[in-house]
Amino acid sequence: MTTVTMTVNGKSVTANVDPRTLLAQFVREHLRLTGTHVGCDTSQCGACVVHVDGRAVKSCTTLAVSCDGAAVTTIEGLANGAELHPMQAAFREHHGLQCGFCTPGMIMAAVDIVNRKGHVLDEHTIREELEGNICRCTGYHNIVKAVEAGARAMAPGAAAIAAE
Amino acid sequence: MYAFTYQRAKTVRQAAGLLAKNADAKLLAGGQTLLPTMKQRLASPSAVIDLGKVEGLAGIERKGRTVVIGAMTKHSDVATSAIVREAIPALAALADGIGDPAVRNRGTIGGSVANNDPSADYPAACLALGATIVTNKRKIPADAFFQGMFATALDEGEIIVKIAFPAASKASYAKFPNPASRYAMVGVFVAKRGSDVRVAVTGASSDGVFRWSAAEEALRARFNPKSLEGVSAKADGMIADIHGSAEYRAHLVGVMTKRAVTAALGK
Repeated sequence: MTTVTMTVNGKSVTANVDPRTLLAQFVREHLRLTGTHVGCDTSQCGACVVHVDGRAVKSCTTLAVSCDGAAVTTIEGLANGAELHPMQAAFREHHGLQCGFCTPGMIMAAVDIVNRKGHVLDEHTIREELEGNICRCTGYHNIVKAVEAGARAMAPGAAAIAAE
Repeated sequence: MYAFTYQRAKTVRQAAGLLAKNADAKLLAGGQTLLPTMKQRLASPSAVIDLGKVEGLAGIERKGRTVVIGAMTKHSDVATSAIVREAIPALAALADGIGDPAVRNRGTIGGSVANNDPSADYPAACLALGATIVTNKRKIPADAFFQGMFATALDEGEIIVKIAFPAASKASYAKFPNPASRYAMVGVFVAKRGSDVRVAVTGASSDGVFRWSAAEEALRARFNPKSLEGVSAKADGMIADIHGSAEYRAHLVGVMTKRAVTAALGK
């Protein structure tokens, strides 16, 4: 067993884990944060995407013990209390989901895209950047729309403009 | 995944020490190949030595006409590095095409080069640019480093510390990715420096990355895609699998080389 300490959604957690424990398993089974999903378990589908030190990674292909000292954000860490994160709100508004299984990973990947590429994203960029996230229901159309709108809504001052 | 002992190294020296004590141990860099392999039980090291906390292994610097990239530098950092984009834009573009964004945020150049997957991208860049692989023990020229599928010149207990890429006057990487895995079905890195031209091919040969000397010769005479007309790669020894036959890959080698040369000329 190995001791690991990390910050998950702003809270410090320490646990004694089997070194085999994947980050996805750690957040789901040890912390009961089941919003992070495991789809393919082979680092292809992206349902397990979380942020480690501000970068989107596939938590099914990361050891929990490797994240010692890291700051991890899962889908549960995005919303501000009852108020959805702008990217979550955009997925709801544009119906960027059907069964919803891929949605947590999609949203975590989408926030990462905005962090890297800014608030104005064209369709081509979004489709390319979502390469590592697979949805088997929707055909991506509404997901792309949601990401575009969510990106704009994440811009500083966007909420104020929307409220006017 | 089978059980293993987890060891966290703080220095390269310490990692080398741990590795020397256990021939069955594996180094963990970004884990984007090692962990899936362990999950499939294709690898079952008794110990995993994590390089994630080793100081000084990540980073990019320019030394004259050479770009030096630390072994633990992530693909996304190579792709977005101002230094790499300015000095060797083809290398930044290659890094930007590995896997997907989340994989690029974790996978490292040292891990990719040490693994020498026959379909990995970085080995082609190393070979075509004439990179030097710097380990904790010595400096290995790329020409001597890659020794066949998953085989390298690395000795037991030897750890890649950094890789030095001399800039080229013209360079480009053309990749035909497998639509599902994004691994190169065929990837060709072409580099021109003075009158020298090097063409490195990945994804195609069952011996792993190789230099295509016939194309190099033709391109040294004149660096133009037209020089490649009538030059064809042999299907002998090419990978044949459900994604493509040996003949198909051999044909793709020619096509991707022409595309790489065209792109290197800025056309």
